[in-house]
Amino acid sequence: MEAPLIQVKDLVKYFPVKKLFITVGQVHAVDGVSFEIMRGETFGLVGESGSGKTTLGRLMLRLLTPTSGDVVYNGRSIFELEGGELKEFRRRAQIVFQDPYTSLNPRMTIYDILSEPINVHKIRIPDKREYIVKLLETVGLGEEHLYRYPHEFSGGQKQRIAIARVLALRPEFTVLDEPTSALDVSVQAQILNMLKELQSEFKFTYLFISHDLSVVKFMSHRIAVMYVGKIIEVAPSDDLFSEPLHPYTQMLLSALPVPDPKYTRSKQIIKPRGQVPSAISPPPGCRFHPRCPFAREKCKAEEPELREVKPSRLVACHLYS
Amino acid sequence: MSRRDEILRIEDLYVHFYTYAGVVKAIDGVNMSVLRGETYGLVGETGCGKSVTMRAVLRLIPPPGRIVKGRVIFNGVNLLELPEEEMRKIRGAKIAYIVQDPTAALDPLYTSGFQVAETILAHEENVGKKSVWERVVSLFKSVLIPDAERRVKQYPHEFSGGMRQRVVIACAISEKPELLIADEPTTSVDVTVQAQILEVLEDLKKTQEMTMILVTHNLGLVAQICDRVGVMYAGSIVEVSDVFRLFEEPLHPYTRGLLNAIPHVTRTQFRLEPIPGTIPDLINPPPGCRFHPRCKHATGICKREKPKLREIEPGRFVACHLYRGD
Repeated sequence: MEAPLIQVKDLVKYFPVKKLFITVGQVHAVDGVSFEIMRGETFGLVGESGSGKTTLGRLMLRLLTPTSGDVVYNGRSIFELEGGELKEFRRRAQIVFQDPYTSLNPRMTIYDILSEPINVHKIRIPDKREYIVKLLETVGLGEEHLYRYPHEFSGGQKQRIAIARVLALRPEFTVLDEPTSALDVSVQAQILNMLKELQSEFKFTYLFISHDLSVVKFMSHRIAVMYVGKIIEVAPSDDLFSEPLHPYTQMLLSALPVPDPKYTRSKQIIKPRGQVPSAISPPPGCRFHPRCPFAREKCKAEEPELREVKPSRLVACHLYS
Repeated sequence: MSRRDEILRIEDLYVHFYTYAGVVKAIDGVNMSVLRGETYGLVGETGCGKSVTMRAVLRLIPPPGRIVKGRVIFNGVNLLELPEEEMRKIRGAKIAYIVQDPTAALDPLYTSGFQVAETILAHEENVGKKSVWERVVSLFKSVLIPDAERRVKQYPHEFSGGMRQRVVIACAISEKPELLIADEPTTSVDVTVQAQILEVLEDLKKTQEMTMILVTHNLGLVAQICDRVGVMYAGSIVEVSDVFRLFEEPLHPYTRGLLNAIPHVTRTQFRLEPIPGTIPDLINPPPGCRFHPRCKHATGICKREKPKLREIEPGRFVACHLYRGD
């Protein structure tokens, strides 16, 4: 890990809410987010549904255009890239989607699926078939699967094919958007191990998005917690779990059932209060204040900034100011 | 072993699905015993037959599925022999069922309160409209839906996922069932909402003296709220134990594999230990123990003979030839 590979600078994405063609409001999907991802790092992104994790992942690949803010990749803003440079970025930055059932074209064979990125990016390799067989072997499949169709595979195998498709381009950076949420735990373990092995072999940088805290902890070096479009805490993986600072992180961790009956029944539980607010009209001040057991007057009026309160620990909360 | 009061007993249950591709042997000799007042966790991965077993209890197996043989004894009566008319008085009144997806369980065309009232009217005669409505409001309150008087008049689309699941729970408890089957009740919601729903379920269990069967694939959930656990694999129960001993010292190789395959937030792990292979095809299941192709301890007998679920120490049952004890 040396220089940051990606810098996200005050990124904002609003989606208009329309009623009869008239814009009546805006969904604040991502609302002023900044962080950096180092080369070779796995940066975990956790949050509940609707917190803006996926939107953020897509913005970082320029699959969406931001309302404002910037994403700097290798020193260049990705929203300024054009032509050949944009295409090169598209090769280097890849994504694995949550649902392996809809991310593979049912009418293409595995050979076609894996040769498509090679053809699009005109990657020169001496023997394409051999290259594709090698890719399949890297993800634990084999030559016998070349001419089959996606429906002949299980969910775990489909996700392996989606990963092989990403590997075909030798990318630097991959967004993994809930890659194992649709899989059973025994298969999930196979895929997570494989992703870790591939990372150490090819020096990948990952953005790992998930709502499953234990999976994110296993995969990530650092973790950011999102709440209604904002990052409210960033910490090294182990520190976040041993000493969560933000009251929302504390609530999230205490609500997590742990597969250890003695531990999970004896731990201190902060009962979750209320519901996640609407992202169309988020509460003023700190977005968590209506549910926060420590909320003060200041929290209702003033939005806390994400600040470093200890070495490598960032938190957006007035309790620590 | 001295038996506590048994509310539900499943004996030697077989359920097959007659498809064009062949006969899917989904449930292959399930034996299960649930004690009055406990929370029984039924865990297993996709397709292992957890939900089918529970649907068989209510005789709600959709065609082409059929209960081939077995007995389901609820309060001393074999439900599989009851006339349909009698069975209808049990469903929803004595045994209630909560499904995974609350959005599919509620009818979008009726108010949420009406759907709870409908459950009451289906089981009770001579109840006044006003008293039913009052009961619906108090049911909404008991599942902790805020602003119940207003919410009963709203439609399902006006509720969040977690709130919809509460409405479904309100339907389920409206007749004060003795047994509540919760089939993945929190799989479609976030962890903080899950914690709230679990709180509602646990409170209800206490105040209404219900027995609960929690069907889930989430081992964390099992560790948190269940008293005893049955682990299912490919159509059979392979291990039964109280929750503490199960997590401390799992016996069946599949249970051990499952616990090693999950990431733990309380530990630092660099690698997970996956279970090799995949779940078997249930049209042509492997002979003998259905887990043997994935088991590192498998021997000759595992390929020939299906192990029976046997009690190897008080309260601990396992179906594995490793524990034959001879």
